[in-house]
Amino acid sequence: MTPGPASAPASVDALQQALAEEQYIAERALAVPIYLALRLKRPLFLEGEAGVGKTEVAKALAAALHRPLIRLQCYEGLDVSHAVYEWNYPRQLLEIRLLETTPDLDRTAVARELFTETFLIKRPLLRALEENGDRPPVLLIDEIDRADEEFEGYLLEFLSDFQVTIPELGTIRASQPPVVVVTSNRTREVHDALKRRCVYSWIPYPDFEKELKIVTSKVPGASARLAREVTAFVQELRTADLYKSAGISETLDWAAALVALDREVLDSDVIEETLGLLLKNQEDIDSVRGERIQTLLARAMDLATR
Amino acid sequence: MNALVTNLLLFGRVLRAAGLQVHHGRLVDAIRALEWTGVGSRNDVREVLRALLVHRHDDLAVFDEAFDLFFRAHGSSELNLPLFSLGERARVVAKREAGVPPRVEVEDIAGGTSSAAAFAVGAYSPVEVSRTKDFGEFTAGELEAARRLLLRMPWDPGHRRTRRWERATQGPIDLRRILRRNVMRGGALVDLPRRVRRDAPRPIVVLADVSGSMDRYSRVLLYFACGLARSAGHVESFLFATRLTRVTRRVAAPGGARAVTQLVRELQDWGGGTRIGEALRTFNTTWARRVMRHGPVVLVVSDGWDRGDPALLDRELARVRRSCARLIWLNPLLGSARYEPLTRGMQTALQHVDDFLPVHNLTSVERLATHLRRLPPGRHGIHRHV
Repeated sequence: MTPGPASAPASVDALQQALAEEQYIAERALAVPIYLALRLKRPLFLEGEAGVGKTEVAKALAAALHRPLIRLQCYEGLDVSHAVYEWNYPRQLLEIRLLETTPDLDRTAVARELFTETFLIKRPLLRALEENGDRPPVLLIDEIDRADEEFEGYLLEFLSDFQVTIPELGTIRASQPPVVVVTSNRTREVHDALKRRCVYSWIPYPDFEKELKIVTSKVPGASARLAREVTAFVQELRTADLYKSAGISETLDWAAALVALDREVLDSDVIEETLGLLLKNQEDIDSVRGERIQTLLARAMDLATR
Repeated sequence: MNALVTNLLLFGRVLRAAGLQVHHGRLVDAIRALEWTGVGSRNDVREVLRALLVHRHDDLAVFDEAFDLFFRAHGSSELNLPLFSLGERARVVAKREAGVPPRVEVEDIAGGTSSAAAFAVGAYSPVEVSRTKDFGEFTAGELEAARRLLLRMPWDPGHRRTRRWERATQGPIDLRRILRRNVMRGGALVDLPRRVRRDAPRPIVVLADVSGSMDRYSRVLLYFACGLARSAGHVESFLFATRLTRVTRRVAAPGGARAVTQLVRELQDWGGGTRIGEALRTFNTTWARRVMRHGPVVLVVSDGWDRGDPALLDRELARVRRSCARLIWLNPLLGSARYEPLTRGMQTALQHVDDFLPVHNLTSVERLATHLRRLPPGRHGIHRHV
C-alpha cells in the first residue's frame, strides 16, 4: 500500500474519483453523505437491502484513504467481551501456575501483572481506538440491526466519546477518532438516537447503467454483450415478485460463472442451469423456472439492446 | 443572518411540520456542510440536506417532496402558501403510520396500570358480560364492556431465550469473572461465578382477517388485538381482507381501537372476499424479514373462508410456519359445538398450524392467554414434529 494523503478528500468530486480508483462507483447521492461524514467526523449510517454494496463502501473507503479497515460483524448477544476486549484467561491461569513456584510471592504484584496489556485480547472497537497514529482506521460496524438493543446503547456511548474504560487498566482514548461506517439491512428499525448522530444514506438497488459499470469493472472477462445482458436480466428479475431479490454480489458471481462457462450470450438453458447463483431461495427458483425465464429474458434482451 | 441560514431554518420548520424530527444541531451541520460543497448545484444541496436531516428510510419520500416544493416555491418568491400547507399534504402522501388521529379515549390512558384482577373479576363495567356468551351475539352495551375489558387485559406472551448472558447462581461457569474474583486468593478457584442466557418477552405477530365473513367478530377481535399490542410489548399487527395492511403503530396508540375500526371499514370497502394466501404472500415478501425475528408466536385470526388459490395459501402458510416459533390459528367459529373445519381454506391451513383454538368468548381469550404464557422458552422455543 502506497501512503497517500492522510486527510479527507478536498471535494465530493475528488472523493468520487478516489473511490472509482478502488473500483467503487459512487453516485452523487452516496458520495455526498460519505464526504460529509468525513468532514464532519461523524459516523456514516448506510441502510439498504442486503447485497446493494454497503459493506463494499467501507472497504473501498479504507483503500481510497489508505487506512486500515477494522470490521465488527454484529450478531444477537454481541457483548463487550467480543466487541471491545477480553482477558486471555488461559494465559492468565498459566501465569498463575508459573508464579506459584516463585518462593516469595507478592500478591498485589501478581494482580498487577496479570492485568496488563500482555494478557489483553483487543477486539475491534478497542483496536479502532488504538491503531491510529496519524492515520485513524476505518471502523466498519456491519449489520447493526442484528445486534440487540443493549449493544446499540453501548455503541451510542462509544461513538460519542471514542473511549473505552477497562477497570483494571484505565481509560483508553483515541487521539484521532476512526472513520466509522455503520450498516443495516433494516431487518428492524435501529434506534433514532443512534441514527441521529450519523450521516444517513439509503442505498437503493443500482439502476441499469450503474450496475453495468460495476459488472464491467469487476468482471473484466465478460464480453460487452454478456455484461449488458446479464445486467439487464438481473434488473428485470428484481421487478419480479420474489421473497429475496438478487443483490449486486449475486450479479457479479453470476457474471463470473458465465465467463467461466465460456458464455458469450444468455439463453434460457444457461439461466436455468445457473439460477442458483442469483436466487438463494428454493421457492423463488421454482417460481421463476420455466416460462417465466422466457418472459424475463425477452424483456431483458429488450433492455440490453436499448 | 444571511439568506442561506434563513432559508435553512425555514426549511427545517417545514420538515418538522411534515412530521420529520429535525434537530437544530443538524441544521448547524447543514450550514457548515453547504459552505464546503457550495450551493451551486441544486442536486448537491439536496443530497447534503438529505444526508444530514433525514435518518429514516420512510422519511425520504416526504423529504424529497418537501425539498421540491420548498425550493420551487422559493424561486418564485411566493413563500407562505405552499410552504405551510405542506405539512398536512406530505403526511397524507407518505401515509405515515404514526399519523394517528390525536383522539384520546380517556379510559385508555387512565387504565394503563390495570391489574390482572380487573379482567378476572369482570365487574369493572356497569354491564355484566357473560364470559361464555359468543362475541357475535353481543349487544351494544356488552360490546362496550368487552372493549374495556379487552383493552386492559394483561398479557404475558411467554419468554424466549436470548443469546445475551447474565449473572446467575446456576448455569455454566463465567470465565470472564472467575479470574478477576479469584486472583486475589492466589489463583485458587474458590468461588465459581456462573452465567445463564437471559430471557426476553417473546415477540408476537398478529394477522387478523377483517373480511366480510368475520364481520360479527371483527370489532371485538380488534379490541383483543389492541389490548394484546399494548400490554405484551413486542407485538406486530396486520389486518387483511383482500390486501394486507400493517397496523402495528396504530393499534398500540391510545385511541387506536377507534382508528383501526375506521380502517377496517376502508379495507372491507375494497370488497372481493378474503384472499388469505395472497395476504400471506404480501406478508412473507414484504414484512417477514423485518418482523419475524427472534422466533415469534404468530396468531392468525380467521374463519378460514378463503376465496383465493388454495395452493398459494398452502405454500405461504408453510413458509410462515417455518420462520416462526409457533403458529396458532384462532377461529371464532370453533366455539360452536356444531362447527367442523370443512372449508377448503381451513382444511389447507390445518396441515400447518401448531394450535387450532377458538376465540369466540371471553373464556376462550383467557385460555389463549394461559396457553401463551405456558409456551416454553428455548432459542426457537418449541420443538415441533414437522
